[in-house]
Amino acid sequence: MSIPFIMFFVFALVAVGGAIMLIVAREPIHSALCLVLVMVALAALYLLLGAEFISAVQVIVYAGAVMVLFVFVIMLLNAGVEERTNFSHMAKYAGLPLAIFLLFAIADWMANSAIGATVANGAGAPNQAAVSTRALSTMLFQKYLFPFEATSILILIAILGALVLAKKGAE
Amino acid sequence: MTALAYLSWFERKIIAHIQSRWGPYYVGAHGLLQPLADGVKFLFKEDLTLPTADRFLFILSPFLALSLAMTTLALIPFGPATVYIFGQPTQLVVANVDVGLLFLFAITSIGVYGVVLSGWSSNSKYSLLGGLRSSAQMISYEVSLTLSVVGVLLLAGSFNFNEIIEHQQGYFRYVPFIPRWNVFPQFVGFLCYFISAIAETNRAPFDLPEGEQELVGGFHTEYSSFKFAMFFMAEYGNMITVSCLATILFFGGWLSPLPDGWTWQQYVPGVALLCVALYLAYDTVRNMRGLGRIQLTVVTLLAAGIGLLCLLPAVAPVILGPFWFLGKVFLIIFFYVWTRSTLPRMRYDQLMSFGWKLLLPVSLLNLVVTAFWIVMRHP
Repeated sequence: MSIPFIMFFVFALVAVGGAIMLIVAREPIHSALCLVLVMVALAALYLLLGAEFISAVQVIVYAGAVMVLFVFVIMLLNAGVEERTNFSHMAKYAGLPLAIFLLFAIADWMANSAIGATVANGAGAPNQAAVSTRALSTMLFQKYLFPFEATSILILIAILGALVLAKKGAE
Repeated sequence: MTALAYLSWFERKIIAHIQSRWGPYYVGAHGLLQPLADGVKFLFKEDLTLPTADRFLFILSPFLALSLAMTTLALIPFGPATVYIFGQPTQLVVANVDVGLLFLFAITSIGVYGVVLSGWSSNSKYSLLGGLRSSAQMISYEVSLTLSVVGVLLLAGSFNFNEIIEHQQGYFRYVPFIPRWNVFPQFVGFLCYFISAIAETNRAPFDLPEGEQELVGGFHTEYSSFKFAMFFMAEYGNMITVSCLATILFFGGWLSPLPDGWTWQQYVPGVALLCVALYLAYDTVRNMRGLGRIQLTVVTLLAAGIGLLCLLPAVAPVILGPFWFLGKVFLIIFFYVWTRSTLPRMRYDQLMSFGWKLLLPVSLLNLVVTAFWIVMRHP
């Protein structure tokens, strides 16, 4: 049991626990904060893999910007406590078994596939060449330039769409 | 912690003198024991928690604010990467992270939650308004803060603080007396950085989250006792961090402005401290009476002792980096306080339009121009 191994389980537990709390919590703000916790735990996991850049960006973009906006909107709208409803029959009889099945399917795939094998053997030995900031930028801006630009145009369209919808409501 | 407390003393003194007042004067000589008295007062005040408040978040947010403000200091290098103290290689930075700058931004970007959550969890309209304002303000100015720094990153080609500083070594080719600090090629970037940094740390003229005329105390209205003190300390901690970052990115960090060839410069810190001690001694004899005379004598002896220590051949080269670093940080903090004491608070819509319509385009333009310049020079 090396220290990174223990740390992995700590942060993985925090991430999963935060995700469960996110669904269970009744105050919208608490849910949002649990999501922040999940993001930070994920960043810590990236850090354990040696991907310093990705981990820092994860915190800056998701925990620091996106979630602050979420919290801001929740505060602005002053969203009240959620009402709790009972499990719907659909969820009880179809959803739960399906979820468990999915979990096992993923576990099975992880155990048998190539990625799963490397994770199990090396415990995610950091591949410095692949995670360094310089290597990442050459990958992103040379090899995968077209998908990158396509994504940014997609996001731009989404922003424009949101603007149009907001304008429509105001008139 | 002590530095934070004395920063409040320093600020009150400077503002007082700028506004022709004396500032703290009665507790200790020149009010030097005032921060201690304030700390004790905070500790012994009643700690109120509103029954309507969200208890967990109410207690969590001051801790979050202070601990994050303190964590960032671990990333700041106070001197060259490796110095030799009595032959032992020592690092003058707690964590020399490869992407130090990004980590610093990551930690400060989480720091927003301290303010926002305290505003929400207090369950009071003033706090909520303060929290809302500050989250909007911090999101807006974080963008230009980050963008204004990218120019420096492009010049240095690294996220590591020590590499950024070492890149600023030497002098300009055509003006050999000006050190190659980033503030000269990146002057616009520095202006953008400094303005958004003031807004990011909620200081005047951007201190709308706690505008006392409209919001009582803003996000910390409902906080009392040491929880309030924690917010206070977090604010000063953030001020120090931001000034350290400005020093590293734009003013050459721990590099000396004097040429390396001048070996006598390693005695500058010691001599400077001895001069301070000399002035304090004069002040003690001339102006102080009674208890103040004893207190100031202690301070004088301390300054003289540290000054003499800095002159020792074993210590002198080591102390040089931290001396220049802290000196520059001190000047920036002075400028910070100066701004606060002279400028009135901005209106909220002015704040927003200034941030989005002026600061952001200017820092973007700065980035584009820098990028073009670098490409032109190294095609």
